[in-house]
Amino acid sequence: MAHARPNPLFRNLMAKLAAIPMILTAMVVFVGGTAWTVTYSFTNSKLLPREKFVGLQQYERLWETERWMVSIENLMIYGICSMVLSLLIGFVLAALMDQKIRFENTFRTIILYPFALSFIVTGLVWQWILNPEFGIQGIVRGMGWVGFTFDPLYNAQIVIFGILIAGLWQGTGLVMVLMLAGLRGIDQEIWKAARVDGIPMWKTYLFIVIPMMRPVFITTLVIIASGIVKLYDLVVAQTSGGPGIASEVPAKYVYDYMFSGQNLGQGFAASTMMLLAVLIVVIPWAYLEFGGKKRV
Amino acid sequence: MSEPASLSATAAGADAVAPALSGPRGPRPRKRLSRANIIVYGTLIVVSLYYLLPLYVMVVTSLKGMPEIRLGNIFAPPMEITFEPWVKAWSEACTGLNCDGLSRGFWNSVRITVPSVVLSIAIASVNGYALANWRFKGADVFFTILIFGAFIPYQVMLYPIVILLREMGLYGTLGGLVIVHSIFGMPILTLLFRNYFTSLPEELFKAARVDGAGFWGIYFRIMLPMSLPIFVVAMILQVTGIWNDFLFGVVYTKPDIYPMTVQLNNIVNSVQGVKEYNVNMAATLLTGLVPLVIYFVSGKLFVRGIAAGAVKG
Repeated sequence: MAHARPNPLFRNLMAKLAAIPMILTAMVVFVGGTAWTVTYSFTNSKLLPREKFVGLQQYERLWETERWMVSIENLMIYGICSMVLSLLIGFVLAALMDQKIRFENTFRTIILYPFALSFIVTGLVWQWILNPEFGIQGIVRGMGWVGFTFDPLYNAQIVIFGILIAGLWQGTGLVMVLMLAGLRGIDQEIWKAARVDGIPMWKTYLFIVIPMMRPVFITTLVIIASGIVKLYDLVVAQTSGGPGIASEVPAKYVYDYMFSGQNLGQGFAASTMMLLAVLIVVIPWAYLEFGGKKRV
Repeated sequence: MSEPASLSATAAGADAVAPALSGPRGPRPRKRLSRANIIVYGTLIVVSLYYLLPLYVMVVTSLKGMPEIRLGNIFAPPMEITFEPWVKAWSEACTGLNCDGLSRGFWNSVRITVPSVVLSIAIASVNGYALANWRFKGADVFFTILIFGAFIPYQVMLYPIVILLREMGLYGTLGGLVIVHSIFGMPILTLLFRNYFTSLPEELFKAARVDGAGFWGIYFRIMLPMSLPIFVVAMILQVTGIWNDFLFGVVYTKPDIYPMTVQLNNIVNSVQGVKEYNVNMAATLLTGLVPLVIYFVSGKLFVRGIAAGAVKG
């Protein structure tokens, strides 16, 4: 939109003044803050930031810390399972909702409502449902199956899946809504053509509709992935990282070292690693999505 | 509410389906009861029950007395309904030495959420307006950085913001947290408003310019009155987002002004004393009530708000 402006400098001044908060946020907080943290991750800051540079020492220590390795492993398991399952469940639910059903609004409202709740609430409810004494395990045992064991939050081997159950409950509704929007964007003629050709419905979905929805899938995936890296509140509420350190995640590592452990350097190094992980996801996506063509 | 043409595809699609369902009456065609339909409805009903289960468990647990909970089934409806856990959660539950219940956290959250929502929407709507109608050199660069900033993990920026707030004397205060929420709400809200203002007919803007209206004149007299729906969407997005925040609350405030989520977590996960599960669930439900009410009242606008996050700029 190019307007012929008789007095461009003055006219633009107001818009520029109005954009000051945005410019400050972008440049000082986002760019400046990130650069600051990355720079100070090379120092040996403890209680307070210090300009004593020690090279990659913090990173070496980070990758030698067992808790960090557990955190990374947990995030990988949670991330992969969460992406695959929420896309799968979300898409199947969206496809079911797209069958011109009655009560679509009711079903959507029910499946999406957990998304309105905070991770703290989500984590606390599932902590209660998965309580071995009173929750699912206790009930099944009470029904006579005494040897039944289902205590994900108290078993270090599977605790991350206990968190996954809660995370999926909270987030699948969002994926379903995004997928449903994508399905509604598909031309109805495609369905008619497929029916005329006698292609079974599941084949139409698998080989025609899903490839057509590629952009929706990619965008959804980026949204899920950038949310997964931030995984923090859910773990704090549901397990506080326990039992032991079995359900620690990187974001919690950062918080604990920065604000309780008084080892800022470790916190900065760990958060820089988180940034790196996000960049690995976002940069190829941004390149595919916006590369070459100008953003409008 | 009259909604403009640029509605999210979900809502528009749902509207398109509605007329097909209210077709001719009379005996139902046999096809409706086909096996495929039974599978579709059966699956959706089972899934819905699963999604409702935690809400149900929260409600029934919060209405039971502790002796009944110790007896066993968390899914059983209460034999004797008691509201005592709710009263206790609201006004007596303890965090550390304070025993004035979750009400303190509730009012803190109100005092945090209201100014944060107002400030963040005010800033972002003006930003979006400037980006859509008054583009200046370099605006796109800042906007692109802002959007990319939305993907940076918060953890990377936590400490620099601590330093900035400390320099301003706002670290640990309500004002500081309000600024933080405004900063992190800016990318998505600016995108939302920019896209909306861009979709408005440009002739309006040009006509106002010809009539001599300036930057603020056009904003307050033309853009603002035309954009109430998008302001409602932004409000829903921000109220639920800020109410549900935990990380910023715990990092940038002090125990006296902890928001409700932080206080809730401290009450439920406190290691001292006997666990009172009914009080815990009442407290959890109380904390979830505000976003739940907003969600159920706002309906499609909520969907539109979250879909805005998925629409690329």
